[in-house]
Amino acid sequence: MIRLENLTKLYGSFVAVDDISLHVPRGVLYGCLGPNGAGKTTTLRMIAGILRPTQGRVLLGGDDVHANPLPAKMRLGFIPDRPFVYDKLTGAEFLRFVAGLYGQEGDVVGRRIAELLEVFELTSWKDELVEAYSHGMRQKLIISSALIHRPECIVVDEPMVGLDPRAARLLKDIFRQFVNRGGTVLMSTHTLEVAEAMCDQIAILQHGKIVAAGTVSDVRRQHQAGDASLEELFLKLTGGAQVRELAEVLGR
Amino acid sequence: MKQPSLAHVLQPKWRTALQRLREERARGGSGKLIILIIVGGAFWAGVFGVLYLILRNLRKVEELGPLIPGKILGLILLSFISILVLSNVITALSSFFLAKDLDLLVSAPVDWLRLYLAKLGETLLHSSWMVALMAVPILAAYGVVYKGGVLFALYATLAIVPMLGSAVTLVLVNIFPARRTRDLLSIIALGAAGGVILLFRVIRPEQLARPEGFRNLLDFLILLRGPTSPFLPSEWASQAVMGYLQHTIDPLPLMLLWSTAAAFVTLGAVLHRALYPQGFTKAQEGAERFIRGGLWRWTVGSLLGWLPVAKREFVLKDIKLFFRDTTQWSQLILLAVLVVVYLFNIQALPLHRGEPVGFFYVNLVSFLNLGLAGFVLASIAARFIFPAVSLEGRQMWLLRSSPLDLRALLWSKYWVGTVPLLALGVLLTGMTNALLEVSTFMMLMSLATMAALTLAIAAMALAFGTLYPQFETENAAQIPTSFGGLVFMMATIALLAGVIVSLWQAVYAYVRAVYEGRPVVIDAWMFLWFGVAAALCTAATIVPLRLALKKMETFEF
Repeated sequence: MIRLENLTKLYGSFVAVDDISLHVPRGVLYGCLGPNGAGKTTTLRMIAGILRPTQGRVLLGGDDVHANPLPAKMRLGFIPDRPFVYDKLTGAEFLRFVAGLYGQEGDVVGRRIAELLEVFELTSWKDELVEAYSHGMRQKLIISSALIHRPECIVVDEPMVGLDPRAARLLKDIFRQFVNRGGTVLMSTHTLEVAEAMCDQIAILQHGKIVAAGTVSDVRRQHQAGDASLEELFLKLTGGAQVRELAEVLGR
Repeated sequence: MKQPSLAHVLQPKWRTALQRLREERARGGSGKLIILIIVGGAFWAGVFGVLYLILRNLRKVEELGPLIPGKILGLILLSFISILVLSNVITALSSFFLAKDLDLLVSAPVDWLRLYLAKLGETLLHSSWMVALMAVPILAAYGVVYKGGVLFALYATLAIVPMLGSAVTLVLVNIFPARRTRDLLSIIALGAAGGVILLFRVIRPEQLARPEGFRNLLDFLILLRGPTSPFLPSEWASQAVMGYLQHTIDPLPLMLLWSTAAAFVTLGAVLHRALYPQGFTKAQEGAERFIRGGLWRWTVGSLLGWLPVAKREFVLKDIKLFFRDTTQWSQLILLAVLVVVYLFNIQALPLHRGEPVGFFYVNLVSFLNLGLAGFVLASIAARFIFPAVSLEGRQMWLLRSSPLDLRALLWSKYWVGTVPLLALGVLLTGMTNALLEVSTFMMLMSLATMAALTLAIAAMALAFGTLYPQFETENAAQIPTSFGGLVFMMATIALLAGVIVSLWQAVYAYVRAVYEGRPVVIDAWMFLWFGVAAALCTAATIVPLRLALKKMETFEF
């Protein structure tokens, strides 16, 4: 469903993403892990068509996101890590606007909006301006907007940031059901428990390269990690084991 | 506890500015910089040249000669101070109440005075740099004509700086901190609008334009000798500069300027200390408003039913955002005042005083009016169309990840801005021409030119706003005063000059034929110049839009 071929992104002379190739099949929830600055967000934004790759290409359902963007983007729902939306629109107006961007209109959109707002417990806020929403509510609104056109795949950057435990659980259930029905989810996360509990497959990024990929068991086997937890595995692969003693950092 | 120095508090600002310069240079921006220096230099030379010629000729006129340059300088500085008041208030609002660094500064143990002075300096710099740049060729022309010498530059700086400073109406911002910022802005806009009307009534420009209305020359001279607005810093600055140039140095205006500036800064500090914490708290409160936005959907939405859904939703969204954002719509009040003042001034012109001289002047004024109306439209486009793309910055993730065609985005932005501008341009030209009682030929020519100019000005505003985007801005009203806004205004003035010069050839042939009593024949010569003007407008519409589309495709977030 999502195929990255030799994807590279340079910012000046800095290599943010270094020749990544990856295939995320249909019906899979794929996790993209890595320390800060590893290139996860840059990769996701290239998949969403927001950033242009310096080299390589991104295929969504066979269509190149940059050479043939419209059909590729019709299949995609993108959820960014920072929930910036139009402050002066109401929640319902924002969702109708997004539906319009995907060419949808009429009563069917109205019903879909009501359905999504209900699921995310935003119905009583639908006529409030977004500027009055909390961070978590904005995040829920953006997740609703990514689902409004019934996409085939969802690309999501740090989905749990700002969500309360109840909404986080709801989101996990939604993604799992979405995948069970043949949809594809590619998400980046720092929360290793979330990745371990939710993802069918993972890729670990370090300095813009994939240093490990496959199921968690595959990755353990590849790196002879025995029964190590994902956290231990992650730290081993990303060099985080050299964390300085806490007492030294905190002083006193 | 040792307090950080002012320079330290301001460090993120100047470091950011330096880094931007470095990035621009790394991107190969030096070629662009050279072009800008050339265009800017030509603009400066143009302003200097025109003013130099006017002043040199005026010096030769007896009696009036020494008085009118002072009046002109007074009027220029008055317009500067109006711009300064407005832009200072808008900038002060964002830097004191809405800026992103405030959370950090207010939560840190930085004392109130440092915060106040840091933000004051930032406000001053942001809101006054453009006016300061404009003042250079003007003061240079005065200095050269009156042989002010090298020391004049120093003296003029001494006279102008406190004028810029005293325009900081932080006092106003601090008086109303308890109100929500958006309500505050509309109050300020209304206040400024009222102020502009008042100023125009106070200086009575129509009196100056009609000297024959005075009983005798003495009355006119008395009017010219008296200060036009004795309580405004612009008048003091004008007196200080002219006094130096005419070797009648009076220390009073300089003292008034500096003491007033110091008093404003001190008063601002006192109010800041007493009221800022409360005002800052209030500014954080979100405006919770329950909205049922059905009205726009029923009216505009139904009218636009023929458009594809993406374009229709985009237009509807832009209209809703505009009318729900006080910082945007409150500028319409100023616009209305501007139009009223403009029409009032046209009506007050001393024309229709006997044929055939009256006929010539009427046509000349009607023709020059095209340039003036074009300038007014350019200022409006700078306020409303120029920021259009920048305002999408934070939401660009959505637009770029959706299957929205960028051409549709540009199309929507262009027509949402152009339709009202076109209506205003045609209305303004039609009404002024009706007031001037011009011939059908001039009326049709003016309306067609205005329509073509509006299409071009709107395209240029959108394109320059895309080429010089301000995605990180904290207040939409600040976007037009950016560097890109200045470049847009200079480019528009060049376009207006090109169109006017081309059309003049055709209009002159027409006026001469009527003046000499010959029948008016629209010949190849006229067609040629109409064609040149039309080609200029078409190129100024299509080329910028294409460039904007190309630039938009390279945006990365």
